[in-house]
Amino acid sequence: MSDLFLIAHIAGRGVAIDAAQVDSVVDIGEIVAVPRAEAFVRGLAALRSRVVTVIDTGIALGLAPTPDTMRRAVITIVDGHHYAILVDSVEDVAPFVRLPLSSGLALRGGWASVGTGLVERDGEPLLIIDLAVVLPTSPLAA
Amino acid sequence: MHDGLERGACMDDLLQEFIAETRETLEAIAGEIVAWESDPTDRARLDAIFRFVHTVKGSCGFLDLPRLARLSHAAEDVLAAVRDGKRTPDTALVDAVLGIVDRIGEIVEAIDAGATLDDSTEDSLIAALAPNAKPKAAVVAVPAGRAASRSVRLNVDLLDRMMSGMSDMVLARNDLARRLRDGDADPQVEAALERLSLTVADMRDTVTRTRMQKVDALFSALPRMVRDTSAELGKSVNLVIDGADVELDREMIELMRDPLLHVIRNAIDHGIETPEARRAAGKPEAGRLVVSARQSGNQILIEISDDGRGIDVARIVAKAAEQKLHTAIELAAMSDAAKLDLIFAPGLSSRDVVTATSGRGVGMDVVRANIEQIGGRIVLVNDPGRGLRIIARVPLTLSILTTLIVEVGTQRFALARQSVEEIVLVRGDQVRIETIGDAAAVLVRGRRMPLVALAGLFGLGSEPPPTLVIVSTREGDYALGVDTVIDTEELVVKPASPAIMATGVYAGMTLPDNGLPMLLLDAAGIATVAGLRFAPVAVNDSVEEVAVPGIPALLFDDLDGQRRAIALAVIDRVEPVPVDAIRRTAGAMRLTIGNTIIPVHAVGGFGDRAEIAVLRLTDGESEMAYAIAEAIEIVALPAEMAPARRGGTDAGALIAGVVLIAGEQVEVVDPHALFAGEPVKIATPPVCLLQVDGSGWMETFLKPALEASGYRCVTALAAGETAAVALAMEDAPVSAAHAPVVTLRRSRVADGDDDPSVYRYDRPALIAAIAARRGL
Repeated sequence: MSDLFLIAHIAGRGVAIDAAQVDSVVDIGEIVAVPRAEAFVRGLAALRSRVVTVIDTGIALGLAPTPDTMRRAVITIVDGHHYAILVDSVEDVAPFVRLPLSSGLALRGGWASVGTGLVERDGEPLLIIDLAVVLPTSPLAA
Repeated sequence: MHDGLERGACMDDLLQEFIAETRETLEAIAGEIVAWESDPTDRARLDAIFRFVHTVKGSCGFLDLPRLARLSHAAEDVLAAVRDGKRTPDTALVDAVLGIVDRIGEIVEAIDAGATLDDSTEDSLIAALAPNAKPKAAVVAVPAGRAASRSVRLNVDLLDRMMSGMSDMVLARNDLARRLRDGDADPQVEAALERLSLTVADMRDTVTRTRMQKVDALFSALPRMVRDTSAELGKSVNLVIDGADVELDREMIELMRDPLLHVIRNAIDHGIETPEARRAAGKPEAGRLVVSARQSGNQILIEISDDGRGIDVARIVAKAAEQKLHTAIELAAMSDAAKLDLIFAPGLSSRDVVTATSGRGVGMDVVRANIEQIGGRIVLVNDPGRGLRIIARVPLTLSILTTLIVEVGTQRFALARQSVEEIVLVRGDQVRIETIGDAAAVLVRGRRMPLVALAGLFGLGSEPPPTLVIVSTREGDYALGVDTVIDTEELVVKPASPAIMATGVYAGMTLPDNGLPMLLLDAAGIATVAGLRFAPVAVNDSVEEVAVPGIPALLFDDLDGQRRAIALAVIDRVEPVPVDAIRRTAGAMRLTIGNTIIPVHAVGGFGDRAEIAVLRLTDGESEMAYAIAEAIEIVALPAEMAPARRGGTDAGALIAGVVLIAGEQVEVVDPHALFAGEPVKIATPPVCLLQVDGSGWMETFLKPALEASGYRCVTALAAGETAAVALAMEDAPVSAAHAPVVTLRRSRVADGDDDPSVYRYDRPALIAAIAARRGL
């Protein structure tokens, strides 16, 4: 039994995102800063007539900030709000079998909280990440 | 008999809405009816049908549709009996109720088609509701053809999609315009774009308007309804409507309509007393009902306040116990707020007598359900004996907001226009930025207020702001420093994501024409985040507010034409008396009330009046009356009072001083002098410390008298202040004497020759004793 996953790169790593969580993949235009918001909130961007909250995925995962030049984002909807999760790049969408996290695998930083399982692509394991956990409610820098 | 002819245009609209609404509800409850038929004990179905007939009854009472009113009232009575367990819902009863529901549908269709409908069978329909009624053969009615509808009811989702499509169109137009400007555009293409722009702008206005409605659409029906309802109940009600031009989402207006009507009907029926009862309670005969709408931050507040009797919480609790909604133990454990909340329980009514107007408490549970459905909240502020305020807060989320766009650094923010008091530029002598300790403040034309520099707060710069926006929040006013004020703009504000709301400084976000998202500032939130502390300021948005600063006083026109005020605490009640009950006997004017005679004070003649209003005054022990021309309203006495000069006139001797109320000089009657019957003399102005005992006598009676004599009275000494003399009642002695003490006694007679105390109404002795102690 396999599910559809979007294969993307975040902070240099390949990850798999459950396609059910993905609304669309876009290139974000100008980002308006939100003063006083937590660092993982890069700002606001317009997506057609909609305003999305842009998430600096690097900071949200407790890693280095995502470079400003990276503007590709995965749009996800949580509780009626649209979020743009910045990613390095997006490869494709394909069905994979969802595997449990290998026991004894020591994920560190934000990876530990967002990783929910594995998929194997051509023998290469990719972490399945839960976008809802990448979002604001996640603790900053684990 | 024929409902629904000869109506004005306004009533026509209301009628159309009533028809559309009833038709819709009928379709919606068709399923409920069938379910109830199969299981008549199903309480939820029963409630749904009950609410339907109740709503129909309410609306048609107001629209003057007597036939529908009669049918729905009859059905409601029976359903109420079922709810109370007095009737069992057998098949005959269910059939009879359904017969009436069907009939309501037929009449509504007939009204809409402008057709007449034979009403000969209605008596039998109603008779069928009676216990032991013979089941009737189904009445076959000739269905009146549906008239072509003049309006379309649209799904709000559709409007939403239209709105967002419109925004996309505007952005695309802007993009196209930019690209054309960059290249060499053919003038013909430019002209075409111009045409497109105009059309788009026009369309946008129209589409926007489809969603928005002034709250006036909700309020316009109220005056008539209040008039009819109060007339029906033999009450007199003054309706005050405020804020009718606040705009509200159309959907919200629709959803607020029923709750608002229910609440107002309740206020008139249960809240406002009969004229006789009001007179007896010392209130003006006409009740006051204030319905207002205003925007507060990201919410719309709709407030309905009356000056009636409020909610008798004890009775609500008793009712809840009686109807077994809660056990006695649960009820005993409830907080006061929870007890008050029982008013929202289904099936509970605080009223024992059922009237055609508001019935049996079906209202409040529906009210709360409807308001919560739109993400709102309802709050009761109960002041037993004085009135009830019901505040419904509904979100602004879908509303269009007029905003002021400000710029800080390179970023723009929106600020709700209604929170902005004024915009001032920092230059010249009128505006000065100052630093008090480490806090920034501004002095604008002599008025000092805290300053929050937005650039500093947002980490966008540290230069002193060149422009100040004076914003007013519920807590207080402050100056928000920005670089420039750009413009005002009407914006559709949407809620921002939790991560952004968590900052506490934003109320939402919006997408203006330039396609760059913009944040809406929350003025109150900014004050909190910036750490501004405002001294608590009493809300003064309604007259019947008792928590007004200063002593509450009754403003009245006196018999000599002067406008005067007298402390409210002294007044027991205001009542009209026949002039011939007042006689001059034994050298003084006296009023006969029942078997008692009380002294009357009147500063002028009664003219040819047959009846005169008197203030019944009391100090807790003795009583007197003060004849007046007319009571006006309750006001708060300002702290500043110019002491009276002791004149020779009769009236002048009884005036403590003059205060300014609403820009008008008003004489304040000196109740002490009234009760003492003695004019006061002027003395020099030292501080008098009053040892108050909680009865309020000192503040109400003594303070004006002493202040008229030139003393300044305090109830506690400020730092560094010394009292020249302290006053205390004999049974509330001064704990730590900082000054010579004058003790007052209640009895006229001294307790032995060496008793140093003074009879409290012996004004000359009192003034002399104070003067003497001061000299010690």
